[in-house]
Amino acid sequence: MAHLNPTPVIEPGQDRTMILNMGPQHPSTHGVLRLLLEIDGENVVRIMPDIGYLHTGIEKTCEAKFYQQVVPLTDRIDYLCPLTNNLCYCLAVEKLLGLEIPAKAQWIRVLLNELTRINSHLVWLGTHAMDIGALTVFLYCFREREDILRLFEMISGQRMMTSYFRIGGLALEPPLGFWEKVKSFVDRFPAKVDEYEDLLTANPIWLRRTKGVAMITAADALALGASGPTLRGSGLDFDLRRDMPYSSYEKFRFKVPIAQEGDVFARYIVRVQELRESVAIIQQALGGMPEGRITANAPKVVLPDRERMKTQMEALIYHFKIVSEGFSVPAGEVYQAVESPRGEMGYYVVSDGTAKPYRVHMRSACLANLQLLPAMCEGGLIADVVAAIGSIDIVLGEIDR
Amino acid sequence: MNIGLFILVSVIKTIIALFVLLTAVAYTVWLERKVVGHIQNRWGPSYVGPFGLLQPLADGVKFIFKEDLTPPHVYKPLYIAAPMISLVFALTSIAVIPIGNWIWIGQLNTPLEITDVNIGLLLILAITSMGVYGVALAGWSSNSKYSLLGGLRASAQMVSYEISLGLSLVGVLILSGSFSLRQIVQAQAGSWHHIIPHWNIFRGQIVGFFVYLMAAYAETNRVPFDLPEAETELVAGYHTEYSAMKFAMFFMAEYANMITVSCLATLLFLGGWMGPLFGPAIVQEILPVVWFGLKVFCFIFLYIWVRGTLPRFRYDQLMDFGWKFLFPLAVANLVITGLVVAFRS
Repeated sequence: MAHLNPTPVIEPGQDRTMILNMGPQHPSTHGVLRLLLEIDGENVVRIMPDIGYLHTGIEKTCEAKFYQQVVPLTDRIDYLCPLTNNLCYCLAVEKLLGLEIPAKAQWIRVLLNELTRINSHLVWLGTHAMDIGALTVFLYCFREREDILRLFEMISGQRMMTSYFRIGGLALEPPLGFWEKVKSFVDRFPAKVDEYEDLLTANPIWLRRTKGVAMITAADALALGASGPTLRGSGLDFDLRRDMPYSSYEKFRFKVPIAQEGDVFARYIVRVQELRESVAIIQQALGGMPEGRITANAPKVVLPDRERMKTQMEALIYHFKIVSEGFSVPAGEVYQAVESPRGEMGYYVVSDGTAKPYRVHMRSACLANLQLLPAMCEGGLIADVVAAIGSIDIVLGEIDR
Repeated sequence: MNIGLFILVSVIKTIIALFVLLTAVAYTVWLERKVVGHIQNRWGPSYVGPFGLLQPLADGVKFIFKEDLTPPHVYKPLYIAAPMISLVFALTSIAVIPIGNWIWIGQLNTPLEITDVNIGLLLILAITSMGVYGVALAGWSSNSKYSLLGGLRASAQMVSYEISLGLSLVGVLILSGSFSLRQIVQAQAGSWHHIIPHWNIFRGQIVGFFVYLMAAYAETNRVPFDLPEAETELVAGYHTEYSAMKFAMFFMAEYANMITVSCLATLLFLGGWMGPLFGPAIVQEILPVVWFGLKVFCFIFLYIWVRGTLPRFRYDQLMDFGWKFLFPLAVANLVITGLVVAFRS
């Protein structure tokens, strides 16, 4: 696998090739990815991704914050699936604390995570289709995404940076009428997926642009650490929700779509089917939502509600302590992984026993998936590079951190 | 007709034709934004004037007042000439397109076109094929890699589709036996049993029509053949380095070309200005122009509709499609038309 050799700068090989700089400001590198392409006419000879243009230092910033203050930072890692990141971080810290999360909170977490998955996949489908020239699909996807963002705003007060999960449970009870809105959305949504598929799945131009393009074998995908739909598109059946369940995913029945071909179309069809599976999970969650509290019974960790804080001495003291000096977490280290829309999103949290994390490291699915790009694109055409970038669904915020 | 009057009439007709064409270009852009907007669940332009109808004017003013940036690394003479070449050739071809019969204005009998040439079709093909120079030179003189790739794609694409385009028209030429656009239209007069008109598309040129339609889309760099300016791959293709009015010239040229190929399709396949005539004499004078306009509008609407629906081809697939599918189809159409005509006579 010669393409794995790191070559920081591409020197022009022979006279017939030229170096094309693609990005960081380019319409289809999905943010600020920079690619150096060595091209021979329209053929790509070599490709070298260059990352770091969206470096935010969030991992380091986490070390200066109380545990509960890290939650809003995790939103900004992968801004297309903030709730997935919230969940992963909360699960990691809860594991260190040994907290038991009530069933209702777990189910709401699952439901919101699947809504987030739909949200993220809609952005992916829209931009991916736009890269290949199907402009209309983009606006159709954003129409439905708008509905999801309204749901998020309703439940958390924010459209994108939700920060709705807390260590130990949820921030607030869902507002009145929220479940009806979610239900009406998931009832409508499968018809919309049919609409996208009408425009793409059987379209001969779409098939020509995606089938047999940017192939990756299962062995290569595994060797390079791919996960998520990128891995499942190459025929490897691995999904953390089913294989290492968290937040009571084991109580839900859903299929894990896979495709064998390993090309752009395979990854496309896997994600489109995931949209439908997410709808099924949300419907199960709505149907069997347990009763009970939405926060764990841990007064030293979970903020008391306003009512108790204003009327009870104990609650006021806990509130003051948590807000002013945080809560200490037992020393130790923990790795928690969840299935984000892009693959295995992992949080590695080290505690030294104080109220601030000693180290928070995010295992980014996108970073690993991006490594596949040279293997996919070398030998293809420039237009295939654009299709390949779209098909691995990268978010630069998560790659650069 | 004395020479003074002839020149006067020609100048007036040129001014009117240019005015109508440029307005049509501006409102084709408006129509495109509006229709694609509605296809895509948006409103399109809606602020400037009722239904955004003054948007083209606002755009024009904006283009004129924008800073005309010339990057330091371009080859200036060609960089400046390229948009002019594109626009001039795009606008010139309208000169020989007849939009109606000869009409009487007072004592003056004049054709509804700037000049009635007997090789109109050849002239249009010659002029439109010059348009590729504008694009190719823009790509080359910009001295930018994206422009270069766009220019290369454009030249290759336009040159290869030119052939299918030309061949698809030969069937029509065999049927009508003339290069004059006026005579080609005249040959399509009448109808069978007063229901199906004698248009070329119904006289066995349906394959030729579709080959022409697809080749024309590629000629004008429109979706799904918009590779030379594929923005998600090549930023803006051959006009990446152009701004302000120079960019607007390419933009206008693209839409003027769209209108030209739509006019040509109407003339060659859909009977031009032929259509039912009724009412008083003055209405009968105007109706042909209305029919012509309606048919052209349908083509332009189809252009826009396709843009709202289809993804884009890849470069090699585009070439495959042109050479391995359209070209043989055009040749087959030509041979069969020739055999049928020979057999009948």
